[in-house]
Amino acid sequence: MATTEEIRAQLADIVNDVAGVPVADVQLDKSFIDDLDVDSLAMVEIIVGCEEKFGVTIPDEESKNLKTVGDAVAFIEAHQA
Amino acid sequence: MTTVVVTGLGASTPLGGNLADTWAGLLAGRSGVVLIEDEWAAELPTRIAGRLAVEPSEHIDRVKARRLDRSTQIALIAAEEAWRDAGFGFGDDNPIDPYRLVVSVASGIGGLHSLLDNWDAQRDRGYRRVSPFTIPMLMANAPAANVGLMVGAKAGVHAPVSACASSNEAIAQGVDAIRLGRADVVVAGGCEATIHPLPLAAFGQMQALSRRNDDPAGASRPWDIGRDGFVMAEGGAVLILESLEHAQARGAKIYGTIAGTGITADSHDIVQPNPTGEGQSTAMIRALKDAGLSASDIKHVNAHGTSTPQGDVTEANSINIALGDATPGCVVTSTKSMTGHLLGGAGALESLATILALNTRTVPPTINLHEAEPNLPIDIAANVTRSLPAGDLAAINNSFGFGGHNVAILVTNANQT
Repeated sequence: MATTEEIRAQLADIVNDVAGVPVADVQLDKSFIDDLDVDSLAMVEIIVGCEEKFGVTIPDEESKNLKTVGDAVAFIEAHQA
Repeated sequence: MTTVVVTGLGASTPLGGNLADTWAGLLAGRSGVVLIEDEWAAELPTRIAGRLAVEPSEHIDRVKARRLDRSTQIALIAAEEAWRDAGFGFGDDNPIDPYRLVVSVASGIGGLHSLLDNWDAQRDRGYRRVSPFTIPMLMANAPAANVGLMVGAKAGVHAPVSACASSNEAIAQGVDAIRLGRADVVVAGGCEATIHPLPLAAFGQMQALSRRNDDPAGASRPWDIGRDGFVMAEGGAVLILESLEHAQARGAKIYGTIAGTGITADSHDIVQPNPTGEGQSTAMIRALKDAGLSASDIKHVNAHGTSTPQGDVTEANSINIALGDATPGCVVTSTKSMTGHLLGGAGALESLATILALNTRTVPPTINLHEAEPNLPIDIAANVTRSLPAGDLAAINNSFGFGGHNVAILVTNANQT
């Protein structure tokens, strides 16, 4: 099982890959849209990237609730195999 | 009627990643056609193409490129070069009134790589692997729309689609926009990026492509008796069109004038040109009439000249019909002998080459023309550059497309600065 910090770091790589956000900026308290300037379509790519990386399924209705990096990390932590 | 001049040029082609390298390659008679060494090409009957000399990734950063089809990346690179060449900046340094600025940038096929790559991902790995940017990447208006975003155009963004005549049609529509008073400046051009197994197979199944795999540089040989089809290429070119009044008011450098345009449709066959040359010659005659010039004024034609057995002969006869007794005084060339066929980018690149030929009084050669088709009625710049005479010059660039589209752009060296 990956730790919170490991998940955050791997998520940061995905966010960087998709949206070019510096890895160091992807911290738990940051909002994807308001702080990291990730748009809604890039968010879809990040969600799919997380599904591939962490082996989780993130339904569309659930992804709407993932406002911050911390929300995403917590969801992945709770659902990873 | 408002005079339309050309004040900026840009290109990314198999001969170079910019205007200067492309033009130098054309004058040097250099071929941009190469062997496709990718594994996917191994079984194809045609394994040659004109690939970009400089990868778009050298100009466009990775994150931005993820959302742009290769065709759009090419258009943006050519448009940025042309825009800067015209003396314009971006953002706060952009001096053009957005509601007087039109974009008319074509692609013949659209975002083919984006369409097929995302289908591959969906078929192999499921729908969740399809990029949410697929549609805005694959749509045929994506190059125009992205150029419009780059320059801030708000007076209309257009993407005429007429196969291999698309970017000449884009220029013609741009000229109309200025003449009709809807714009002072138009970013006009075209692009294509379709070097992929599917179009190579599909054009191959039509017997349209050269199979001279053992001699890529010699494969595109318009009017040569050994020609066996066209060579597909990728790339694009962009021209900044401007009303003469607007250009003079700001002291712009002027390459030349787009004095006329002529558009016809064959209404004959979905792929074959009308063998009588009626549609093609009428497009040229309409361009002459539009410009108020006569056939004897035309000193140069940049032909569509794709290197297909029938098409080259039909076009030679069409030029002869349009120019009549003036045909022998006109130097014809096909720069596709060097670049290959840029499809939706061809018209813009060749209009650009036509303008520079007048501007420098030098016609680029038609390379690989060692034994000409017998009894051609035209004078071709075979293998070496040809000089144009002093004084006023006019020239025509032809582009013809599947669907029977014929578009002739007539340029002159009037108003050069």
